Amino acid sequence: MIPAAFEPRGKLPPKGDRGRLRFFSIRHARLMESLYAAFEPIVVRLHPLWRTLGYDRIERPAAAVEAAIKGALFDCRMCGQCILSSTGMSCPMNCPKNLRNGPCGGVRQDGNCEVYPDMPCVWVKAWEGSRLMRDGERIADVQPPIDHRRKGESSWLRVARERNPDAAPAAPRA
Amino acid sequence: MTRDDKAWLAPHPDDIGAEPHAPLPPLPGHSSRGRLERVLRRGEFAVTAELNPPDSADPEEVYERAHIFEGWVDGINATDGSGAHCHMSSVAICSLLTRIGYSPIMQISCRDYNRIAIQGNVLGAAALGVCNVLCLTGDGVQCGDHPEAKPVFDLDSTSLLATIRTMRDEKRFLSGRKLTTSPDMFLGAAENPFAPPYDFRPIRLAKKIAAGAQFCQTQYCFDLPLLERFMGRVRDDGLDQECFILVGVGPLASARTAKWMRANVAGVHIPDAVIARLEGAQNQKAEGKKICIEMIQQLREVKGVSGVHVMAYRQEEYVSEIVHESGVLRGRTPWRRDFQPSMQAVESLSV
Repeated sequence: MIPAAFEPRGKLPPKGDRGRLRFFSIRHARLMESLYAAFEPIVVRLHPLWRTLGYDRIERPAAAVEAAIKGALFDCRMCGQCILSSTGMSCPMNCPKNLRNGPCGGVRQDGNCEVYPDMPCVWVKAWEGSRLMRDGERIADVQPPIDHRRKGESSWLRVARERNPDAAPAAPRA
Repeated sequence: MTRDDKAWLAPHPDDIGAEPHAPLPPLPGHSSRGRLERVLRRGEFAVTAELNPPDSADPEEVYERAHIFEGWVDGINATDGSGAHCHMSSVAICSLLTRIGYSPIMQISCRDYNRIAIQGNVLGAAALGVCNVLCLTGDGVQCGDHPEAKPVFDLDSTSLLATIRTMRDEKRFLSGRKLTTSPDMFLGAAENPFAPPYDFRPIRLAKKIAAGAQFCQTQYCFDLPLLERFMGRVRDDGLDQECFILVGVGPLASARTAKWMRANVAGVHIPDAVIARLEGAQNQKAEGKKICIEMIQQLREVKGVSGVHVMAYRQEEYVSEIVHESGVLRGRTPWRRDFQPSMQAVESLSV
């Protein structure tokens, strides 16, 4: 196992670009975009429910559900600050260098990863996915450095909190 | 190669400070007090070269390696563990180079340090007189001599640019804590127009410019049509107006080296035609040099290209010949020690 910056450790990179749900999701980035566009307002509008239940109390179950769904669809690594909508539905945390702004200069001529020669570059796929999306130009947005305290948290609940100003912001776990 | 003819020596007054190691007087509209930014902003075709860092604790080895570039280049890149191999650190090399008066470009790779170490290093480098930084992602640890190391990649090259720009322009750390003196750095990015996804590469450069890049050094160019395709898009988007683009070049020692590089060095693209040309040559080393010189001459004519970055790994002694024979400096002589009035005084005393 070649060391990579991503976590959880030991989750092997996929080979080839077929036969995995992650690549299906990228090929259907537009569908994923539409599904999320329908899903996000529901989560945001359910804010009173989340508040009644307690954001902190539902954090772990919500994160588990999110990890299961996004893990299956995108090989999500639960960075807690999801930017799939800006990366053509290709999870950037699967890049062994964790690059969130674009590919490195080491992409092989066949479009595969410098570190894992059998894995298609996450950003080559991100570019392909972004071309299929309605709002694919978001790939040009500059992403800030990742907040490592948010690892494992639910991005969905975070969106619900951020869109509802009366919700207390999540305290980062130490 | 030496130039004894004093008529060649025509230093630009802006490039000469009171002391060789001291930062130059600030100029309006300039971010740094270094020579590289001045040369580029004056519209000169700039030449930079890469220094092969020693595996040694002896400063003389750094001085010797830099000396062969003197009077031929506007900036010397100090690599930061290139190819994930361990060498003398880039900040140390740069600080040694500023003692003489050279204009180092400090490379920072995100592979080996987190944001705390990087910001501290940038402040230290600025204090030691370093005026240029090149923000890189860095090669993966698997290609180096310590493949068992922990890859850090806390920032990426784009967020690294934004971090140093924040320190310089907003006078604060990423955390918001204030700096008493900001690091006046000329910010550089790397780009590889020769690696997929080709159509994303100009957008990636635009992202880096948005994050603070003022100059850009590219990977080795052996494929001019691919570069033209990249530059076409760059010009259409006006990126060459916002960022000085220095294209990477270098001599290939032989067809065998070229094949090895293509297979083993991440991100290097060498077309078959170049390898065939080397194979067909009587003297492959001379042919490699000739290919490099021709490439430099062609690049000088590409609109939007502001200079070349010569990476002559283990052939550093040929850089002066390559620059001279290409004629890209058009009679201009980059800084050398005897341009300094104080140095000339010393020289005349010794005569």
